[in-house]
Amino acid sequence: MRRLRAFGRFWWDFVVGDDWLVAATVGVGLALTGLLTALGVDAWWLLPVVVALALAASLRRATRATTL
Amino acid sequence: MTGTILLALGAFLASAVEAVEALTIVLGVGVVRGWRSTLIGVGVALLVLALLIAVLGPALGHVPIDGLRLVIGALLLVFGLQWLRKAILRASGYKALHDEDEAFREERERAAAAGADERGGVDWYAFTVAFKGVLLEGLEVVFIVIAFGAAQGRFDVAIAGAAVAVALVAVVGVLVRKPLERVPENTIKYTVGVMLTSFGCFWAAEGAGVAWPGDELSLLGVVGFVWLLSYGLVRLLRRQRLATVTAGAGA
Repeated sequence: MRRLRAFGRFWWDFVVGDDWLVAATVGVGLALTGLLTALGVDAWWLLPVVVALALAASLRRATRATTL
Repeated sequence: MTGTILLALGAFLASAVEAVEALTIVLGVGVVRGWRSTLIGVGVALLVLALLIAVLGPALGHVPIDGLRLVIGALLLVFGLQWLRKAILRASGYKALHDEDEAFREERERAAAAGADERGGVDWYAFTVAFKGVLLEGLEVVFIVIAFGAAQGRFDVAIAGAAVAVALVAVVGVLVRKPLERVPENTIKYTVGVMLTSFGCFWAAEGAGVAWPGDELSLLGVVGFVWLLSYGLVRLLRRQRLATVTAGAGA
């Protein structure tokens, strides 16, 4: 069980890394893109906007936590 | 064509930067503990990595392309944002720059301090460190090669880009026998972060049903957008850091 948890932890760290909120934001952005596309809107512009917001927010959290 | 060129470039740069890091670990252990066990560790790790590509690559070829692009694009996007985030923090001074010389010195110190552990003619410390170092750095290369190859349907290009990079770093490493500290690693990592994020964004959106204007050509637009965005964020964070340091000095 402990090995399984360590295995899962490794892959989580490998792909998601320090800020899980980035992954969550990307997930929500993709779900919205899929929804809009299903409704007939070609939402190619949405994911780049989500990327910009997720990155800016993550950097804000990281730099606030940093002591210079 | 645009996608294929960017794919080859992305696979080459990502693999080169990981190979440089793996080389530092291998050199650090090899010069202190000897080359036989170190190179056995490297060989076994390369075998495992090649096996992963050989098994996973063809298996993914049977998955429908839209679903594959959605999943791989999403994973690549999250993975790429992680790279880009670290690269921006490094470029703006919030995180220390990666220094191969320093990493080499630390690796040598650890190798010298570790006790003797020889069984069956193999130095298990040298074997384990070389094996783990190459495997862990190589896993990122495998992830990128599989993701690029599967999503674009061009495993040949992705594998060729990675193989050329690894071979180039290995040859230069054998010739100079010291860490490749002159390779602009931080800049390459930044570039790879931009490319992984752009490819991930492009493929994930396509997988979700989006039709990009201009089809593959819009990939260039996405790369440009992510580059400009990251450049702006670096500038902004540098200014913020400078203001904080100045305020701290004045207090």
